[in-house]
Amino acid sequence: MQLGAPHPERWNVSDLILFLVEHGGGRTRPLTWECLAFVQGLALELSRKVIGVVLGNNIDSVCAEVAAAKVQEIWKVSAPELETYNPDCFSAALCQIIKPAEPYAFAFAHTYRTIDFAPKLAAALNVGFISDITRYRIDGGRPVFTKSVFHDKLAAEVSFCAAPPHLLSIQIGSFPGDAAQREGRAPVQEKPVNLAGVPDRRRMLQIIQAMKNQVDLSRAQIIVAVGRGIGKQENLKVAQELAAALGAEIGASRPIVDMEWLPRDRQIGSSGQTVAPRVYFAIGISGAIQHIVGMKNSAFVVAINKDPNAPIFKVANYGIVGDLFEVVPALTQAVKQQKGNG
Amino acid sequence: MKIIACIKQVPEKDTRFEINPQGTWIQEQELTFEINECDVYALEEALRLKEKHGGEVVLLSLGGESAEKTMRRGLALGADRGILILAARDQTTDPFTVARALLTQVRLEQPDLVLTGVRSDDQAFSQTGTLLAELLGWPHATIVMKIDWEAGAGRLTIQRELEAGLLEEVSLPFPAVLTIQQGINQVRYPSLKGIMAARKKELRRVNWAATGVSGDRKIAIEKLVFPKSDKKSEIIGGTPRDAAATLVEKMKKEMKIL
Ligand SMILES: Cc1cc2nc3c(=O)[nH]c(=O)nc-3n(C[C@H](O)[C@H](O)[C@H](O)COP(=O)(O)OP(=O)(O)OC[C@H]3O[C@@H](n4cnc5c(N)ncnc54)[C@H](O)[C@@H]3O)c2cc1C
Ligand SMILES: Nc1ncnc2c1ncn2[C@@H]1O[C@H](COP(=O)(O)O)[C@@H](O)[C@H]1O
Repeated sequence: MQLGAPHPERWNVSDLILFLVEHGGGRTRPLTWECLAFVQGLALELSRKVIGVVLGNNIDSVCAEVAAAKVQEIWKVSAPELETYNPDCFSAALCQIIKPAEPYAFAFAHTYRTIDFAPKLAAALNVGFISDITRYRIDGGRPVFTKSVFHDKLAAEVSFCAAPPHLLSIQIGSFPGDAAQREGRAPVQEKPVNLAGVPDRRRMLQIIQAMKNQVDLSRAQIIVAVGRGIGKQENLKVAQELAAALGAEIGASRPIVDMEWLPRDRQIGSSGQTVAPRVYFAIGISGAIQHIVGMKNSAFVVAINKDPNAPIFKVANYGIVGDLFEVVPALTQAVKQQKGNG
Repeated sequence: MKIIACIKQVPEKDTRFEINPQGTWIQEQELTFEINECDVYALEEALRLKEKHGGEVVLLSLGGESAEKTMRRGLALGADRGILILAARDQTTDPFTVARALLTQVRLEQPDLVLTGVRSDDQAFSQTGTLLAELLGWPHATIVMKIDWEAGAGRLTIQRELEAGLLEEVSLPFPAVLTIQQGINQVRYPSLKGIMAARKKELRRVNWAATGVSGDRKIAIEKLVFPKSDKKSEIIGGTPRDAAATLVEKMKKEMKIL
């Protein structure tokens, strides 16, 4: 492996760590505080300064809100072209901010939007981008970042070989927003950008509601959710029997819906429904972050999985490690018996 | 319409992984491999566009010699030919290096569209397709769930996924790069005839040196480790019957749903 590149920390750059403020409807989104918690920690360890960057149009209220947190400065990047998201304008604006500032790093939350523009920005700046970070440690003054690989079965420790600025995106839920220091008073600085020359290529036409929401799982009291561990469409009946015994709704992870074993409106997760039942049964679901974000507010989570290291056990209250084809029928039987006894 | 479908070879989903003695990657001997999940959807989408509008589907992959096997599967599904850039493991772990190598072949082929997956199952960077687009100077869209093209039109209309069950409909000119999300279509299985035909289809190998891509990587995977287990669950043991009985008690007393 070519790790012989010079130590990136030796390059001469400013001592700034920038982060993108997530906002919508004139307010910051909670992800902003997750990102802030991450960069505050990193800045403390590496003796750097934190600057929040707000991108958009009519963003004064957002700027004021983050300026009241513990940051060095807020940079307001306002332009009519930034009103509606477009990767060309976003990337161009950030390039114009980053090039003169030469920050040490720029951090984002790993959202669908970040997936859409951050690699483009990395290529435009000719710098490295480590995406979907869950942890980091400092090793001899140099940060080493951890991300999930191989379907969460392994973790990779990743570092930069190229000079800063380093682009970073953090996995949602990995750096709790409550850890962010919110007390402060930072000045808001306007950073003008010129987007007149940005080519008009990708045009937003409309936002569409993908699911007609035939079923609204957000009100379900009990959800029995199945994942790829179910193996075959015919096997769904194993879970359906448990759901029937419990009077529960059926839910699913994405692959089950992608294969059309269940309709799209049964999908739970970041691109599906968000649910918060009293009890959530996760059956043969590994617990990828995109699934977790859709069900983490359940009062109780019960996970049944044959892999003791499946990440679902990090969020479940109760777990049974075993073959779902043995465990689930036994559970259905026990529930029926209990109900029979009244 | 000429379409390049990028496909990456990855270990099968149910693999039990071992880490190599150096701690730098998994033990690859004796594993079975498959085409990266969303790349299968990307290939299917390419084949459907070709069936509707005519043209050619070219597979592009970067990997070891062993990647020929998954490429033959792609050819069996209906792709017309393939290009395999031969690379050592080192060269595959930095998305920037991968994108620059793929770029060399896209430039030679001059397709109308390049389709990649949203995310690789092994490294999960979600970067390669978008990096490639910027290096090409082409427009792009990620997490694509629908592609519409009216023959002759200079623009495509696509739907890309947003959070919470929303889709964003955008239009963009091509040539373009699209990163395809799983679930965009229902994928086909290779026919016997397809498998036979695949053996004779052209599979061009490109040596790493011939790409002219330098080794100056942007990021490096230094080490693989097993994830820290910060388990929160109380694991209920015993036979399935015992475990079920214990759980029913908890459902009654604690969760209060029975
Ligand atoms: C942009 C984007 C958006 C996404 N949105 C969503 C989303 O909204 N919702 C979502 O769910 N995913 C989403 N995903 C996909 C997500 O990353 C995971 O790939 C997916 O959740 C995995 O589904 P799974 O757990 O069912 O399958 P796997 O990860 O394949 O897990 C199967 C599990 O079943 C277990 N198992 C197998 N056999 C048995 C058995 N006999 N008994 C017991 N256990 C068994 C295995 O140990 C494994 O843990 C998204 C991905 C991307 C990139
Ligand atoms: N070595 C490779 N060969 C061919 N395609 C690749 C390779 N690496 C990544 N890709 C493509 O880029 C997509 C995203 O990969 P990643 O950026 O690693 O998440 C994958 O789904 C593939 O379509």
